[in-house]
Amino acid sequence: MTRFGKLLNQNRIAHARKRKTGNKVMLSLTGVLTALALVPLVWIIVYVILRGGKSINLDFFTQLPKPLGMAGGGVLHAIEGTLIVTLLAGIFSVPPGVLAAFYAARFPNTPLGMALRFSTDVLSGVPSIVVGLFAYAVLVKPMGHYSALAGGAALAVLMLPTIIRTTEEMLKLVPHTLREGSLALGASEWKTSLSVLFPAALNGIFTGFLLALARAAGETAPLLFTTLGNERYDLKAIISGGVQSHQGFFQILDRIVNQPVDSLPLTLWKYAQQPYPERIEQAWAVALVLMLLVLIVNITARVWIQVRTRRMEG
Amino acid sequence: MWKHWQAVSGGIVNKKIKPALKPNRILRLHRIFRHGDRPWQGLIMVVSIFIIVLMAAIGWMLWRESSGARFTFGWNFLAPTTNASWDPVNDHFQAWPFIYGTLLTSLFAIIIALPISLGIAIFLVELCPAWLRTPLTWMVELLAAIPSVVYGLWGIFIFLPVVVTPIGSFLAETLGNFPVIGALFAGPMSASGASRLAASLILAIMIIPTIAAVTRDVFLAIPNSQREASLALGSTRWETIWKVLIPYGLSGILGAVILGLGRALGETMAVTMVIGNSIEGSLSLLRPGYSMASVIANEFAEAVSKLHNQALVEVGLALFVMTLLLNILARFLVWRVASRTPQEVRA
Amino acid sequence: MEIQTMVKPTTVENTAIKVQVKGLSVYYGKFRALTGIDLTVHDRKITAIIGPSGCGKSTLLRSFNRMNDLTPGCRMEGEVILEGENLLAPAVDVVDIRRRVGMVFQRPNPFPKSIYENVAYGPRLYGIRRKSDLDEIVASSLKSAALWDEVKDKLHQSGLSLSGGQQQRLCIARALAVEPEVILMDEPASALDPISTLKIEELMQDLKKDYTIVIVTHNMQQAARVSDFTAMMMIDEQRAGRLIEYDATHIIFTRPKDKRTEDYVTGRFG
Ligand SMILES: Nc1ncnc2c1ncn2[C@@H]1O[C@H](COP(=O)(O)OP(=O)(O)O)[C@@H](O)[C@H]1O
Ligand SMILES: [Mg+2]
Repeated sequence: MTRFGKLLNQNRIAHARKRKTGNKVMLSLTGVLTALALVPLVWIIVYVILRGGKSINLDFFTQLPKPLGMAGGGVLHAIEGTLIVTLLAGIFSVPPGVLAAFYAARFPNTPLGMALRFSTDVLSGVPSIVVGLFAYAVLVKPMGHYSALAGGAALAVLMLPTIIRTTEEMLKLVPHTLREGSLALGASEWKTSLSVLFPAALNGIFTGFLLALARAAGETAPLLFTTLGNERYDLKAIISGGVQSHQGFFQILDRIVNQPVDSLPLTLWKYAQQPYPERIEQAWAVALVLMLLVLIVNITARVWIQVRTRRMEG
Repeated sequence: MWKHWQAVSGGIVNKKIKPALKPNRILRLHRIFRHGDRPWQGLIMVVSIFIIVLMAAIGWMLWRESSGARFTFGWNFLAPTTNASWDPVNDHFQAWPFIYGTLLTSLFAIIIALPISLGIAIFLVELCPAWLRTPLTWMVELLAAIPSVVYGLWGIFIFLPVVVTPIGSFLAETLGNFPVIGALFAGPMSASGASRLAASLILAIMIIPTIAAVTRDVFLAIPNSQREASLALGSTRWETIWKVLIPYGLSGILGAVILGLGRALGETMAVTMVIGNSIEGSLSLLRPGYSMASVIANEFAEAVSKLHNQALVEVGLALFVMTLLLNILARFLVWRVASRTPQEVRA
Repeated sequence: MEIQTMVKPTTVENTAIKVQVKGLSVYYGKFRALTGIDLTVHDRKITAIIGPSGCGKSTLLRSFNRMNDLTPGCRMEGEVILEGENLLAPAVDVVDIRRRVGMVFQRPNPFPKSIYENVAYGPRLYGIRRKSDLDEIVASSLKSAALWDEVKDKLHQSGLSLSGGQQQRLCIARALAVEPEVILMDEPASALDPISTLKIEELMQDLKKDYTIVIVTHNMQQAARVSDFTAMMMIDEQRAGRLIEYDATHIIFTRPKDKRTEDYVTGRFG
């Protein structure tokens, strides 16, 4: 045995226990840390369900808020507001997002393609409150009033990066043979894009849309000074009032989207700061509805893509 | 002719991706005359330009809308100072307390979130039994799906009294007495728990999914041959992780941290609900503070004076620039990893 | 010992035994990849394992240092006895086994660290910290791996900056630095050019003076050139790998007993 062989042996034996314990301790630690990270998740979900569940009843979904200090009432206005604003956000973000993704997937290495990727990255990192400021400057200020429209636009900006990215990924996954087949048959590129690529990537696009929507539906900051909030907002009243006074479709639509609205997160944020116990309890109920909404959409998206991709592979 | 085709098609067949698919001559001629491609490519190009313009417009709008404040206060607005004033009544604004609050809470959040996220990533990739991997991954990602206001609500009523106040009091009694870092942990811990510490802890919970997900991808991308090389020399699993895998993925992990930092800087609602929203002079983590995003959230809709409004936009501008720089840094790191790879493939 | 290694021609009977494999079967889940392997590895000799692709050569080799443990669902039955100690016994310290039984892989896999750090990695694990000790170990390992002259002036450059053949010798040096008794090589030259291959083969002849070497190769000439003993493997009807013949290399290549071995070594097979 060489000189350093002996050296090695001495040290090795001296260190063996320390190394083995270190190994065990550190490996267990990673498991402990993982469990630790999940504590808040479980804690929040369980607690919100238990506490929020107490204040949930039919009124909660069907009534407008009662005046401050009075018990009862619901958050219909916020539910309607959230639906309207996220719907608008979807309308504003999906078409440009998908089209930009076609460009990004098609010309990834052109200067414009790289600039697009960079912009998408930057956009995904822009704080949502800053997007709110931006929407205020370009929409609320020129229009002169807060509106669902401005809120929808702000959320759309937040959704764009997710939609672009997931769609781009999906388009890249579409087998080249599919595309070649179509092109070789003499179909033009745009027909190929729409009739072959788009359907093949549709599952992915839908998933991306759902994930983006789940995130947008929970956003508060961009709505603070775009939709502002509106406890009187009542879709039924707007529509029936409009029909009674013989307004046209577009006039009614205008009244729906062109005035301040509330949303679930916005309502939660306001209620949580009020000194009235009823409002606090309702805040928990709103938290429950919001959380379930977001988690269900999120999980649906994930299950959807898993099932679909598995089917494609199988 | 070839040039013309390229102009029309914009290089339809991306040579880099599929060199095998050079169209034959007939197909090529056919393509020149087919309809609809030019409008289609025009359309997706215009939309792409729109996205780029949108990104630029955010920066430009913030710049324009904050011009008055920038002009009036200059660099003083952002400069570190111990006695900053934020005084809407007298129209005097200095943003340092917010910047300090944002930086301190974000950095502390990273310090807490990084080891936990590393632990999660290591556990998921290196140790966890296969059947547990997907459910665990999902659960960690769901942590990011819970809306920020829900974190805030839970924070105010549960997390603060139950967790933060005890931890804070403990820190004040122990670390608070140390000479230098004592300033960061000076008590008394605020009774409600609303403090920079509370914001940091909530932020940590919120950015763990981001850091863990990116780090997990980094570990997944490390070739198995590295693990085998290390284990075959008689390393323990932990030695392999600590001395081979983490060094190998270091820049990726750094990128994850930067992404997490960006998240933390811009997080608004949860922080606003638990940080205490106060501009007292203390530097301590255990005292109430304020953050850049919070001041915008709290004051923008009610800002009456033009200068106040512009000062808030300038805070937003600063926030935008910070996240932009972080993003560029993250991209640079990714680029460095990418440029290292070819060498490794050489073998 | 010294004299023994000089004795030629080598035969199964006249050399000391280093590793004894008895009734080894290996399963990947339900699939039995190896069945009933009995094999003797002789001290300070080169044993080659040959056979068609997929017959379980790597699996067998990875049983010698329990690398199979890392494959989820992989199970080993039987015994692999290294100097009287059954390596497959549950109580065995796997980490220590892997130090005693080093391994070199098909593709060079240096760490993205400096040449020095690559070699010093193992010794550092065992607690060697002093710079002079490490320097000595690194130098001597690199010399044993016939790489010293090529890298002595650039020890602090990345191991990845070397050529493929140099990288593979760096991996050998890295394995030597922890003083193994047995070195396993899984097709160590299959990713290399002919000149680098030749260098590795020469190196093996040097290493044989101090170490027991087991090499997997699918290159008949290589097995014939470098090894003292050759084990011929093949799959049976259930696709499980079996050892069909084992003898001194010159016998396997000149007068094998099994018809399938003859077909294989003469290139009439697979
Ligand atoms: N990780 C694994 N999981 C399942 N089966 C494996 C695995 N590795 C190898 N096998 C199977 O075991 C058999 C032997 O493989 P291997 O030992 O790699 O053969 P060789 O090295 O002789 O080419 C093959 O049928 C292979 O498919
Ligand atoms: Mg093999």
